[in-house]
This record gives sequence, structure tokens and C-alpha cells, in this order.
Amino acid sequence: MDIDLITQVLFAAIKTGTPLLFIALGEAICEKTGVLNLGQEGMMLMGAVVGFMAAYATGNAGMGILGALLIGMVMSLIFGFLVLHLGANQVATGLALSIFGGGLSAFVGSSVVGQTITGFQPIEIPVLSDLPVIGKVLFSHDPLVYLAIVMAIIISFVTNKTRLGLTIKAVGENPHAANAIGIKVLKVRYLAVMFGGAMAGLGGAYMSLVYTPMWVENMTAGRGWIALALVVFASWRIGNIVLGAYLFGLASIMHLVLQGMGWSISPNLLAMLPYVATIVVMVIISADKYKEKLLAPRSLGKPFDPRQMA
Amino acid sequence: MKLKSLLVGLGLLAGIGGAHAADDPFKVGFVYVGPVGDLGWSYEHDRGRQELEKFFGDKVETTFVENVPEGADAERVITQLAKSGNDLIFSTSFGFMNPTLKVAKRFPNVTFEHATGYKRSKNMGTYVLRTYEGRYVSGVAAGLLTKTNTIGYIGSFPIPEVIRDINSAYMAAKSVNPDVKIKIVWVNSWYDPGKETDAANALMDQGVDVLLQHTDSPAPLIAAEKRGARAIGQASDQSSFAPKAHIFSVRDDWAPYYIKVTQEVMDGTYEPKDFWGGFHEDMLSLASINENLPTDVRAKIDETYEKIKSGEFKPFTGPIKDNKGNIVVAEGHSLSDEELAKVNWYVEGITDEIPR
Repeated sequence: MDIDLITQVLFAAIKTGTPLLFIALGEAICEKTGVLNLGQEGMMLMGAVVGFMAAYATGNAGMGILGALLIGMVMSLIFGFLVLHLGANQVATGLALSIFGGGLSAFVGSSVVGQTITGFQPIEIPVLSDLPVIGKVLFSHDPLVYLAIVMAIIISFVTNKTRLGLTIKAVGENPHAANAIGIKVLKVRYLAVMFGGAMAGLGGAYMSLVYTPMWVENMTAGRGWIALALVVFASWRIGNIVLGAYLFGLASIMHLVLQGMGWSISPNLLAMLPYVATIVVMVIISADKYKEKLLAPRSLGKPFDPRQMA
Repeated sequence: MKLKSLLVGLGLLAGIGGAHAADDPFKVGFVYVGPVGDLGWSYEHDRGRQELEKFFGDKVETTFVENVPEGADAERVITQLAKSGNDLIFSTSFGFMNPTLKVAKRFPNVTFEHATGYKRSKNMGTYVLRTYEGRYVSGVAAGLLTKTNTIGYIGSFPIPEVIRDINSAYMAAKSVNPDVKIKIVWVNSWYDPGKETDAANALMDQGVDVLLQHTDSPAPLIAAEKRGARAIGQASDQSSFAPKAHIFSVRDDWAPYYIKVTQEVMDGTYEPKDFWGGFHEDMLSLASINENLPTDVRAKIDETYEKIKSGEFKPFTGPIKDNKGNIVVAEGHSLSDEELAKVNWYVEGITDEIPR
């Protein structure tokens, strides 16, 4: 493998990992407040279709992003209302949201199937993009790739270093205690759910505006589910999520590159590679300390009713 | 369109239909594996259905169920279609083979037609496209257009149909460009735009400048357009996705067959058989051949197409050696349809192994 190919592979790995990163970051915040939203795939598809339609109608990819953010939030509000307001089962509601989003996106998007748009153009960051290898791998992407990285840094800072981060943690670990000290638990959870929705919408828009600038039914092909698994394997740590997303991207690319180089391995085995590699690495980095098991937000999946005591 | 399939489903549940009187329209049901909006396989079957309705007008009434998973669900859907008074049912994916056969035994008065399979009965026939014919013309174009002498092939699953087409494309490319090499990548899916993009990029990273695909989304075309490479559209006219990169699309057209079979069943002349349709039957065509092709390439494309269409040339005519040196097609012999359905070797010159 020569250096050019390695550069290309790493460059592609970052692109492939980016939609997963958006969704996993949003879901991580959501889960940190104790809400498990399995509706990522549905929100992502809605983000993809609405983002594409907005970009198609206005001729402006930026409007597509805005549309995707908004529809992601709307979808998550449906979920939020059902589980936070009415106390519905989070797992069942999330699954329903995924199925609903899949069907609705196909219905809404039927008019733009086969249309094309010009998506985002790559931005080469001056000076940095001239660096050998790293310049191409890290600094000559489209704007959303940078946005994902910036978001990861911000989220990591907020959750670890700020009062807001503590609030999120308190709500996720012990909502009753948080309630007792005056934190509005449902409000925090609503905002976290909406943030998750917006990020899922963004992940979807990345697929339909940047990755493959088009809309076709079910184009996300299960990436929402992969992102959900990623959050768990990364034990809700932002750094691990970033690593996991790009690692998954790398493994997905590698199995295609190796085939092109003439490796004769069963494609079934190769198709498993990204999943196996990601799971193995994530298990290794979170296995050595037994307390990592306790990293799951303690109230995850449990409805909160301020009138009841824990 | 989802709404429509929902309504169809509800109609089926309510048991609309039943025995039909003589002046009722002839009812034809379709079962699709994907969404009609996939802009590929299921989309083209549905276009065939629409043409069928247009052709017969009031005399024929069609219904379809889309997104039917291959397996137990398929049997339920096909049974419901048979129960609700359809006279003829087309099931359009390989995985519907056994469910269709089962239902066909239970409903001897209904005619069943299954696409791409090999099991038949007294009221069930099969039909398939000679996609390798389109692939041969694609290979000629690819062989002439590649500057790096490396063409790329994105495969779905290593089944005989796909392997046969890879052979066809490579033999064609080699016939016009003896130095050409082929790189094959399997994505293990019929339809995953993201993965198809990755595969296209992985191939282009390794020097491929013309892409062929046996997967259904236009994603590889878009990837090729972005990087100044060239690609060929699959199953339907995908030219709009890549105005510069698009060479042509090999388009499926099921309408002639759907009209023919419907007429036969209405007339009572139907006999179940294994039907193969290609250029000659106008069930495959070259759509939107790009204006930007050099004239000699264009001429060679047209010439190859005409030769195959007229039957003058058959791609799998011996002598053909596999890549282990065995003669797989003897001199002077052209593979029969039955033999074509069983191709499980790569031709000489393909350095890969077929994944097992």
C-alpha cells in the first residue's frame, strides 16, 4: 500500500464516520439525561429527505441543513411528548419512531426521487491542508466534517467542565435528587431529546447532501442503529465515540480497499469487519476498569414522574 | 406511494374481490422486494406494471405490494393476492421463489410468474433478463474509455447472475483493449448508497477510471462524476445523476413481457416456461447514451448492441477458459440458458477468486 492510497483511505474513513458521529453525539447527550431514544434511524431519514428537499427547492445546501435540523427536532418532540409527558415506554416509542420516520420519509420524498442537487464543496483549510498526508486526511473536507469535530469538542467540554454538564449528569443519574435541588428534570430532558433529534437530522442531511447528494428511500441503510450501538460501546464517553465512529469508518473502507487489491475473503466476513473491529476495540478500552460498567446513566430508560419518589 | 400500498394492504385484509364475474377486469398482482422509489429494480418492475395498465385500459386491473421481505411474509402477501381474486401474479425477486411455488400449488386456477428463479410448476413460470448482454456492451465501452487500463466492478452478492455479468463485461473490455485489468469489490447488498459510494471511491483510489456496478443505486455514478471518472447506469436511466460521467444506462424494461403473458393468460394459451429476455425482445435497452463520447466509441457501442440484438453474436461463445486454465466453454459452443444460469467461474485474466 503506498502513501497516496493510505491518505485516500484515511480521508474516506473520516467521511464515512461523520454521519455516525453526529448521531452518536446527539444520542449520547440524550442518554446522559436518562432518555433512550431508539428512533435515530427514523429521525435521520426524515433529516435526509427534508434536508434534500429544502436544498433542492432553494438551491442552497445551507437551507437543507436548516431544514434537517428543524425536522429532526420536530420528530424528537413527538417522541419527547410521548415518553416525557405521557410516560410511554421509551424503547417501544423509539422503535415506533424509527418505523414511522422510515415510512413517512418515503412518502414525503417520492416527488424528489431522481433529482440532483449540488451539495457542499470541500473547504481546504489554508496552510494546514498543505501538510503532507495529514493535510489531505484532516483538513480538506466539506464543512460538515469540521462541524462534527467541533461539535464533539464542544460537547466534551460542556459535559465535563461546565455546570450544564453537571445538570445533565444529575438528571440522568438521579432525577429525583435533581428535582429536589430545583432542576427542572423534564425541561432538561426535553432539550436533550431535541438536541439528539437535531443531530440525527444533521446526520441524515450529511447522507443526502454531502455523501451521496440524492434522495432515495431508506438511504441511511441502518446507520442510525449502528450509531446507537456505538454510544453503548463507547460507554457514553465523547472521546470514545469520536474514536469509535472513525474506526468504524476506517474498517468499512478497508474491507472495500482490500477487495480491490485482490484479497479473496468472503464478503460476508469482510462485511462483519467494521462491526467486529469497532466492538472489540471499544470493549478493550472500556473493559479494564470494572467501574466502567457503572457508566451507564442510572435512570436510563426510566420515565420520571415528579409526584413519585424513586 | 406508501399510502397506496397501505390501501392495497387494507383492501387485502378486508378481502375485497373474491370470485369475479365474466365482465370483471382481468386482475394482475405484483409483489416487489424494494420500494417502487428505489429508481432501480423495483422501480422498473412498477414501470412495467403501469405500461401494462396503459396497454389494456379497463380490461386489466393491477395491484402491487412493495417492500415485501423475502421469507415468510412473502408467502402471506402472495396468498392474499391470490385470495383476493388476482388471475395472474408476478413475484419479482429471487427470494420469492419458494413462497410463490407453495402458493401456486394451493391456487391451481391462478397463474404465477416468478422473476429470476428456476423452479416451475404447471401454473408457475419464470422469467429473467439477459443482463449479461447489457454488461457486454458496457464492457466494450469501459475497455475503450479507460485511460488507466483498470476498470472497476461493484458487485452485490457472488451469485451466478452477478458472476456471469462480471465475466461478460471483462471479456468485452478485453476484446477491445487487451491490456485491461478489472478490480472487483463486493458490497454485500443490493442497495446501500453509502456503501456503494465507499466502494466506488475505494476503486478510484486504486486507479480505476471506469466503474460498472451490479447494485441498484445511482451512488457510484455520483461518485464518478465528482472525481472525473466514468460509470454506467444500472437498471433504469440514471443519466441525470451524472451528466458528464454517465456513459449510458442499461435499462430494464419488463413491459413487453408483462403484456405478452397477460394476453396469453387471458386467451388461455399460456404455458409456464423459463423465459429469457434481452436486447432482442427490447427488454434491455441502452438509455441516454452520452453525447460526449468520442465518435469511434459511440460507433463501437452501437455496433456491439446491434450484433447482440440480431443474434449474430452471443457473448458466451467458446472457446472460453476460466482463470485456472480449464476450458469452460468448448470451441463453437454457445452456453444454453440452462448453462448460463450456472456460471460459477471467472474467465481467464480475472486475477481474483470468487468469494465462497
